[in-house]
Amino acid sequence: MSAKKLKYGNPTLFNTMMQPHFCPGCHYGSIVRALAEALEETGVVGDTVLVTGIGCSMVSAHYIKNLEGLVALHGRAPAVATGLKRALGKDKLVITMQGDGDLSAIGMGEIIAAVNRFEKLTTIFLNNANFGTTGGQAAPTSLAGQVTPTTPQGKDVETWGFPIHMAELLTNFKSVVYSFRGAMNTHKNYNRTKKALVTAIEKQKANMGYSFVEILSACPPGHHVKAQDSLKLVEKLIEEFPLGEFKNTGRPV
Amino acid sequence: MSAQKILCTGNDAIGHGAIAAGCRFFCGYPITPQNEIPAFFAAELPKVGGIFVQTESEISSINMLLGYVAAGLRGITTTSSPGFSLMQEGISGIHAMQLPAVVVNVQRGGPGSGSIATAQTDYNFAVKSAGHGGMKSIVLAPASVQECHDLTQLAFHLADKYRILVVVLSDAIIGQSAELIELKTFEFPETPKKTWAIRGSAEKKGIRLVLDSFMPFNYTSYFPMIKKKTDVIEAGEVRFEQRHVEDAELLVISWGSTARIAMEAINGARAEGIKAGLFRPITLYPFPRQAMRDAAKNAKKVLVVEDNQGQMLYDVEWALCGCAPISFLGIDKRDQAGGMGLLYPKPVLEEMRRLMS
Repeated sequence: MSAKKLKYGNPTLFNTMMQPHFCPGCHYGSIVRALAEALEETGVVGDTVLVTGIGCSMVSAHYIKNLEGLVALHGRAPAVATGLKRALGKDKLVITMQGDGDLSAIGMGEIIAAVNRFEKLTTIFLNNANFGTTGGQAAPTSLAGQVTPTTPQGKDVETWGFPIHMAELLTNFKSVVYSFRGAMNTHKNYNRTKKALVTAIEKQKANMGYSFVEILSACPPGHHVKAQDSLKLVEKLIEEFPLGEFKNTGRPV
Repeated sequence: MSAQKILCTGNDAIGHGAIAAGCRFFCGYPITPQNEIPAFFAAELPKVGGIFVQTESEISSINMLLGYVAAGLRGITTTSSPGFSLMQEGISGIHAMQLPAVVVNVQRGGPGSGSIATAQTDYNFAVKSAGHGGMKSIVLAPASVQECHDLTQLAFHLADKYRILVVVLSDAIIGQSAELIELKTFEFPETPKKTWAIRGSAEKKGIRLVLDSFMPFNYTSYFPMIKKKTDVIEAGEVRFEQRHVEDAELLVISWGSTARIAMEAINGARAEGIKAGLFRPITLYPFPRQAMRDAAKNAKKVLVVEDNQGQMLYDVEWALCGCAPISFLGIDKRDQAGGMGLLYPKPVLEEMRRLMS
């Protein structure tokens, strides 16, 4: 890659007044930045509300200028987003940003019901294979054998089950018009994921259906490893959770 | 003010009241004995450009309502006791963000799944807490179909006036009874502008509003601010009804549908020469403490009647500070042992006779 193609500095929408609070090596900062860029590219900022879940993603709305936000209760963001979207109408965009504990554990009912109700929402699902905020406990997304505070002998699939594949699962719903899984571990993956965010936003803008972007993320303190080893875990995550586009369709009705 | 008389149930009256108040959003999950309310909204809201959503659970209902009212519009959810349990976390969240919302609990009996028939067993639950965190909702207790209609309108006004969650605490017997009511749209004073509302509007620039259920406050300023608000509510929003209290030697204190039963017994007692009167709190929070004490000033005895095991009883004891001996008559005096039983005027009248003999 030629040097002049590299972009340095912050997207214009980035709120530089907000002190970064993400841990060193965490990918959430990059994800928020990618979202800021995608919002700018699609020209929807100012008409968008970000509903965040409980977890490290909850302060994300503070980082983006001209973005209204609401921090929902744990797992309930899709229900809150439904209420907001119904109140604001189809000209306004409502995006939820939820971690894997928030969405795939406590909030499974809300995401499935919102999707099945044919809500025109966008969900960004941050999958770092653990409950990062509470100290790295095993999540439904944790890998088989993954050592966490609640699986000290390694996650035993006999009693914990297998990692849940949300991006694939949601493709089964007619109302889902876009489902993608990306990562933030390489420059290429960053760019692909950002493009996916743009597509997901465009889908909602066109009032087509539910769009879903899962993003694999490092979490050094949650994984209880150094930043570079957390990156290695992301590579292992990619083996379990293939990257790419699982669904990209037009309006189902 | 337009007035039209119709025959309808308490559940339908809540719907009429909400639409008259400008509510254009309903979300809820089916549960007996309030199923007429969602059916009403599903039929009526589309006619006025409103939105009806049947949710996957009461947990979702309360959070969807949170999202809707965060946009500064009037919305409602209704449920019955077990569903009200499921809503508690969301109710706490609505209080944390100080959002105006109206939640109706058409009570059914007992703990667990309970019965599907009437009871007043959610008094403590509705009045004493609003989920975790020690917040208080305004609680309105209708005793008639007309009041279901009127208090629902009041609930929306109070919610907007104070940025607070208001509970309308009905029950199966009022919800399912039909009475002739007058449909009217109340004119309330203007409420504060909703500058806090999320509009998704491009006109707002810069660092914008984030409504937060998580530590949006620092405790040393947040709780005094809430206290200031509840002080105003406690001073200015107390509502109650009293009948024959001027010369009452026996003051009967009762709320909701049971107050109607108690009133029947009081009429019987008056015919027998027993000087009995009724005091009925309409706002369970704020509790009409001083008014109740004034009403009991000349009473020799006080009888609390509730269709539960004695819940408001403790608030009456607190309000009256031992100024008169207090007796209680409750759920164990129903005509049937099972969940379908009812409190009738007869055992109340017998207890009044016994107390005054």
